[in-house]
Amino acid sequence: MNKNYHPIIGMEIHVELKTASKMFCGCKNDPFGAPKPNIYTCPVCLGLPGALPVPNRKAVEWCIILGLALNCDIPLFSKFDRKNYFYPDLPKGYQISQYDQPFAVGGYLNITSGKEKKRIGITRVHLEEDTGKLMHATVDGKKVSLIDFNRSGVPLVEIVTEPDLRSSEEARIFLKKLHQIIRYLEISDADMEKGTMRLEPNISVSEVSKSRAGELPPYKVEVKNINSFSFAKKAIDYEVNRHIAILETGSLPEQETRGWDEKKGITFSQRSKEEAQDYRYFPEPDIPPIRWQKSQINSFKSQIPELPDRKLTRFIKEYVLSEYDAVILTDEKAVAAYFEKAAISKTVPAKTITNWIINKKADIKKLSPEELVKLIQSKSQVSSMPDKELEEIISKIISSNPKAVADYRAGKETAMMFLLGQVMRETRGRADANTTRKILETKLK
Amino acid sequence: MDKASTKLTTDEIKKLAKLANLKLTEAQIKKMAESVSSVLSYVSQLKSLNTTDTEETSQVTGQENVFRDDVVDAERMLSQAEALSNSKNNHNGYFMVKAIFEEV
Repeated sequence: MNKNYHPIIGMEIHVELKTASKMFCGCKNDPFGAPKPNIYTCPVCLGLPGALPVPNRKAVEWCIILGLALNCDIPLFSKFDRKNYFYPDLPKGYQISQYDQPFAVGGYLNITSGKEKKRIGITRVHLEEDTGKLMHATVDGKKVSLIDFNRSGVPLVEIVTEPDLRSSEEARIFLKKLHQIIRYLEISDADMEKGTMRLEPNISVSEVSKSRAGELPPYKVEVKNINSFSFAKKAIDYEVNRHIAILETGSLPEQETRGWDEKKGITFSQRSKEEAQDYRYFPEPDIPPIRWQKSQINSFKSQIPELPDRKLTRFIKEYVLSEYDAVILTDEKAVAAYFEKAAISKTVPAKTITNWIINKKADIKKLSPEELVKLIQSKSQVSSMPDKELEEIISKIISSNPKAVADYRAGKETAMMFLLGQVMRETRGRADANTTRKILETKLK
Repeated sequence: MDKASTKLTTDEIKKLAKLANLKLTEAQIKKMAESVSSVLSYVSQLKSLNTTDTEETSQVTGQENVFRDDVVDAERMLSQAEALSNSKNNHNGYFMVKAIFEEV
């Protein structure tokens, strides 16, 4: 990249919350799992006249918990607003969102890019409702749009960052970390393929001297429809190069919304000539405002589980792990919890358990942490058994455990662990687990 | 109250009509300029009140923190047929509208 320029990137991220019901009505919140279109709707989320929205308490609390996890301030007073625009996926003609008094403001997230530690400002975290889903089709020779309102009114959190990111790689690292925190909080699957997490980078390019002086570029380009971290990185790189080429000719890139075409690896203009949007936000008259007591905010704080950064530090210290190992173990909360359950018995060194998990020596989806520990124990003992004696014991175990044998033959992998355990007990741990397993598998074929 | 200050131009009416998704004829625009302006003038009588000591608010019910629990209320959910029953056009269980312009 040209040294005289650098990218100025901010992010807008939308995340669908995995509440049982929708944001403002009791309809089922499961648009992706719905067997048919338009089966989870009611007068509220179809925008029928006279229907009254009532906010979902859990969605509001989760929004605030996310705000707190991103180090935001929680204003004691908040409200919903109407954002007015016409689009067929928005049945009311407005979206209930938050404008000037969102649930969470002024936070940050620390990231590590290479060796550099950086603080990325979080402007706000607010709550709104998702729209219906549009599909484009041809029916009877006519081009039409088909609408499914199963997604209409699903709780949607929007996270907006300050323009603090300075490279596509920083953006990718930031997004991965945000994704990890959302998964730790268990408030959303944040599954980008399903569209429950959606990314919109805002990109502009500045001459280094100008941005050092605190001057932001007089334009920005928003790229929509990005559903993977690597696409976000590619789209940012593409835009940055495009802007530099335009700036080099002495012109300014147009302020516009663009889309990302993954097949062609390019962005394309979506609404360049459109005049500035006028959403005419005003306070939502159907929903009374929200006022928190400080004690409530403290109670939300206490609901935040140990987050990745803290867990990572603790794992390194408590289990004497390398940073590399601890990063992998704490990537997903479930894996971290599995490791801790296995390590708690202290019968096997934490490092050994780590190796087994990281090198995928055992399938942790099939083995319980306790079974894993037993397996490691049995494997680390040296076999001192003549093969013939072992074979005899195995035959005996097979004939005295017909149910486990049948289970195993029916595809139940845990039955193998049971049989293995029986052999281990019979041999008082003298048998080699791998050898035993192989013999068992051969005999049960 | 100065009436002239709330007099809307036809351009402003055109913009309002666009935002409201309404198609107006030239005659209607002229008429609207008059009638919307008179509504604004009427409402702007409120400006004559002294509100120095009045706290700003966006609602008057006095209610706060009205929530519902996160529970699916299947009773109030509509069947697909019910949901589509007032639609002008539908197709295979979807609402159907003229194609939305997208450059994809």
